[in-house]
Parts: sequence; C-alpha cells; structure tokens
Amino acid sequence: MVDLKVDVGKLHLKNPVMTASGTFGYGMEYSDFIDISRIGGIIVKGTTLRKREGNPYPRMKETASGMLNAVGLQNKGVDHFIEHIYPQLTNVDTNIIVNVSGSTIEEYVETAEKLNILEKIPAIELNISCPNVKEGGMLFGTSCTAAKEVVAKVRRAYKNVLIVKLSPNVTNISEIAQAVEEAGADAISLINTVLGMAIDAETRKPCLSTVTGGLSGPAIKPLALRMVWETARDVKIPVIGIGGIMNAADAIEFMLAGASAVQVGTANFIDPTVTIKIIEGIEDYLNRHGYTSVSDIVGALET
Amino acid sequence: MKKLILDLILKKNIRLNEQVYLLIFSSEKGLPEILPGQFAQVKINDSPATFLRRPFSVNFVDYENNELWLLIQVVGAGTLKLSETSPGASVNMILPLGNSFSFPDEKKDEKILLIGGGSGIAPLLFFGSWLFDAGFSPEFLIGARSSIHLVEVDEFKKYGNVYITTEDGTEGEKGFVTDHSILKKRNYDRIYSCGPTPMMKAVGAYAENNNIFCEVSLENTMGCGIGACLCCVTDTTQGRVCVCTEGTVFNIEKLKW
Repeated sequence: MVDLKVDVGKLHLKNPVMTASGTFGYGMEYSDFIDISRIGGIIVKGTTLRKREGNPYPRMKETASGMLNAVGLQNKGVDHFIEHIYPQLTNVDTNIIVNVSGSTIEEYVETAEKLNILEKIPAIELNISCPNVKEGGMLFGTSCTAAKEVVAKVRRAYKNVLIVKLSPNVTNISEIAQAVEEAGADAISLINTVLGMAIDAETRKPCLSTVTGGLSGPAIKPLALRMVWETARDVKIPVIGIGGIMNAADAIEFMLAGASAVQVGTANFIDPTVTIKIIEGIEDYLNRHGYTSVSDIVGALET
Repeated sequence: MKKLILDLILKKNIRLNEQVYLLIFSSEKGLPEILPGQFAQVKINDSPATFLRRPFSVNFVDYENNELWLLIQVVGAGTLKLSETSPGASVNMILPLGNSFSFPDEKKDEKILLIGGGSGIAPLLFFGSWLFDAGFSPEFLIGARSSIHLVEVDEFKKYGNVYITTEDGTEGEKGFVTDHSILKKRNYDRIYSCGPTPMMKAVGAYAENNNIFCEVSLENTMGCGIGACLCCVTDTTQGRVCVCTEGTVFNIEKLKW
C-alpha cells in the first residue's frame, strides 16, 4: 500500500491531484460522474469581490491539442459564494480552495478577508495571472514589484494557506516566484494559461470576442513542465504543477520536475472521470517502481 | 436527471446527402431516459486534429429497438471524423445533457408547429414523435437551401403534416420558413424551432408579433457541456448564462438577441 498523501505547506492533501480553477465549476457539476471527495483538492471557479458577467460570446476556440478561452472570470461574486455555494460544499470530504481574483489590490484583500471566516476553506489560490480581464489579473503577475505588493497585502489579511497562481506570460517566471515567496506565499501554482490568439481566415475576424485569450491543454505541457522545473529549483515553498495534464504519466512528469502536487484542468472537459484515473495511475506507478510514498518522486528527475 | 458516460456501439451509418449522416447507435446497457431537446457530448475517436467533445442534439430514441439516432452535419475536422465511423465501433458519449422542450398542457387540440432548418431539424423529430405518442397532432415546417438538403422528411411524415420551403424553390414553397403560406392560414398555439440562428430569430420575431408561445434550441460552441467551463454563453433577461445547462432550449421571451 503506497502513501499518496502530500502536504503543500499546512495544507494536507489525501493525494496530489487537484482540479484547476475554472475547469471544474464548484465540484457539483461533476458529482454525477465521480465521488468528488476522492480528489486531493478542488479549486473552485475564480471568485471576485463583485459579480462579473465575463466576456461576450464567442469565448472559446479549439486549437491544435488545446483550447483558447476568454471567459473573463464570470462569477456571481464572493458574497454569493459564501451565502449560496459554500453551504453546499461543506459536506464534501476534501479540500475546497477558492481561487481569488481582482482588478485592484483592495479587491483582492477584501475578497480574501471575507473568505477567512469559512471554516471548511483551508486555502485560497490568488490568481495574479488571468489573461482575460482588462484590469488587474495578469498585470499583477507579470511584474515582481506588483506581485510582491499584492501578495504581501493579502498575506496580512488572510490567515490560512495562501497559494499564488503564476502567469507563464513573463520572461523569467522564477523571479516572480521568488518575489511571491518573499512576500509570504505558502505555495505557488503554475502555470495559468498562455496568452494566445486564433483567426478565422474566411471571415478575416478573430475567433474570440476579445481577440486574444488563454491557451490550455496538452499544447502547453512542455512549456509548463519547463517552468515548473525552473521554479522548483529556485524557491523553498511547495510548487503545484499545472498545464496540459491529461493522464497519470503527465502528472508524474510534473512531480519529477519538482511539483509537490498537480492540478488537472482542461482534461476534465473531455473526460469528467479523469482525476480518478490519474490518482489510480499514480498509485500504480509508485507500486511498479517500488516507491512507498508519492513524496519520494517530487523532484526525483535524474539529469 | 443523472448524467451518464456511456460507450455506445454504432449500428448503422447512413449518408443522407453530401454533408449529412445519420448515425444509429445501440447501448449494451440499455438507453437512459432522454427528453426531446437534450443533447449528447460525443468523443471523437482517433482524431489528433480535434480535442474537445462535440455536442449533438438527440435526433430520435427508439427504446424498443435500443436505438439512439444522431444527425451529423460535416462542418469541420471533428464531424468529418465522426461521419467516417464504421458500424461496430464504440463511441463514448456523455448524456443526457441540457434541458428539454417544454411540453404542452393537457389540451390535445393545441395547434403545435415545429420549425426546423438544415440539420437543426434533429431534435424536432424526437420531439414530434413524443408529441404524437402523447396524443397531440404536431405539424412540421422544414426549410432547406435546396431539395437535396432536405433530410428525414419521410420520418417526420409519420408524426404529422410536413410543410416545406426551399430557398431555390426545388421543393415545397420557395423562400424561407417564415414565408410559408401555412403561417397565414393557421393560427398556431405553440411553435418550437431549431436551425440556423438567423432562421430562429425570424421565427422568434414571427411568434412574438403574433403572440405565440415559442421555444428555440440554440446551437453554441461548447467546451464541456456540463456547465463547468462557462464557454457557451448567451445573453438572456437573467444575465449571461450557459447554453449547455440553462438551455439549449429557451423561451424567446428570455433571449436578448
């Protein structure tokens, strides 16, 4: 029997497989297909201080081995989450983590403060990397100074585990990671989507209403893997790997590169049961290779 | 209704015209309850060029013969690959998804018209059969560019009168569905429609002007089909909502198009 438990700072996960924000709704959307309590952690849809309608249609375009989206943080706001969604999640026996986004530092802080009171929310993931909003979002994640400032202020306002989700749309992601670590983050997750674009040549128009959007799926996996590997060497806090994970082998690759845990995103759209298959696949891998604990493979890349 | 992930076996692949295929599937485990207007998210086998599932309205369900019909119009790499599926192949689907057409009240004498265009006729056959079996007398108005684009007309005729328009006049009345003379002759109580968006908008405008109850089934680019990715939105009086979970069927009063 192998031990799948991992700790991401003070956050205890029954296994290293989580779901990425914006790809798993609030978990309930998937409960017809799987027992969502079996997942290591569920990161719910990006939540903002006030309700957001998101971007106009069309907001998604399938591309080679991936998808480009420009949803734009559609959500009903943090108060709606606390009053209407949180009560439905309290009996789910796993970590429910809220992804928090904002246009200003004050919005991030106020949203995080409101989430402090929720007993069953052990962590938040600060989204400083959304490429699909005009203000804030990625702007905070592409400059060391801005990243440090927002993380430090949220750190003072939020008492539980603080994960910061990084943008790949930078020259040196490791510098941002280190700035975020210095500002008091407990863990970092990477990568968010890669800024991209699609054009319909027949109509000479962009495929998305916003022209550009965020690319996810297996198309970005090599890029994500490289960034996780680079970053994990330069920070002491745990790294959560995200980017095009479709199966257990992909998840294991991220862990070998230095990720303590992973998030599965776009794959949930194609196979709503994929998280369970990945958990079982990791267990099988550990057994086949004679490991007793999943933490044994974290950073075990032989170069 | 519980959503299921099922492997269905393709029994028949019938080419109806240049671009449209009728795929008839069966299920070893039996078919779940599916309501007219609901759809399936179909995984495309062995298709490196595509990535996401493709949504298709259920065209017909025959529980006695264990058959689920999907009407596939080839529009891109995914539908092309699906159209090439050979009988005997296993195809993975998530279903039933979305809401359904709302059923008429008990008044069996209500005049009901189902208006379809192109491959948008798909859910109307299932709904028409359902209404017929429930004792209603639905009628059908089908529009196409040309006679060669008309499909399943004989199937529709099993459940009620069929009126046809073609844009080039090669069959039925020439023009768009909203030009058909039957709309001037009969006062319908309910109209249900599925087809290209401009057609549904015209149908919606006709229904609104004549104060007729009207529901339309929207087509939209979907990521997940289960309300998680928030990609397939449309603007309604209740804000921007997912077509896959709040629809695909909407009363025209709710739509802001």
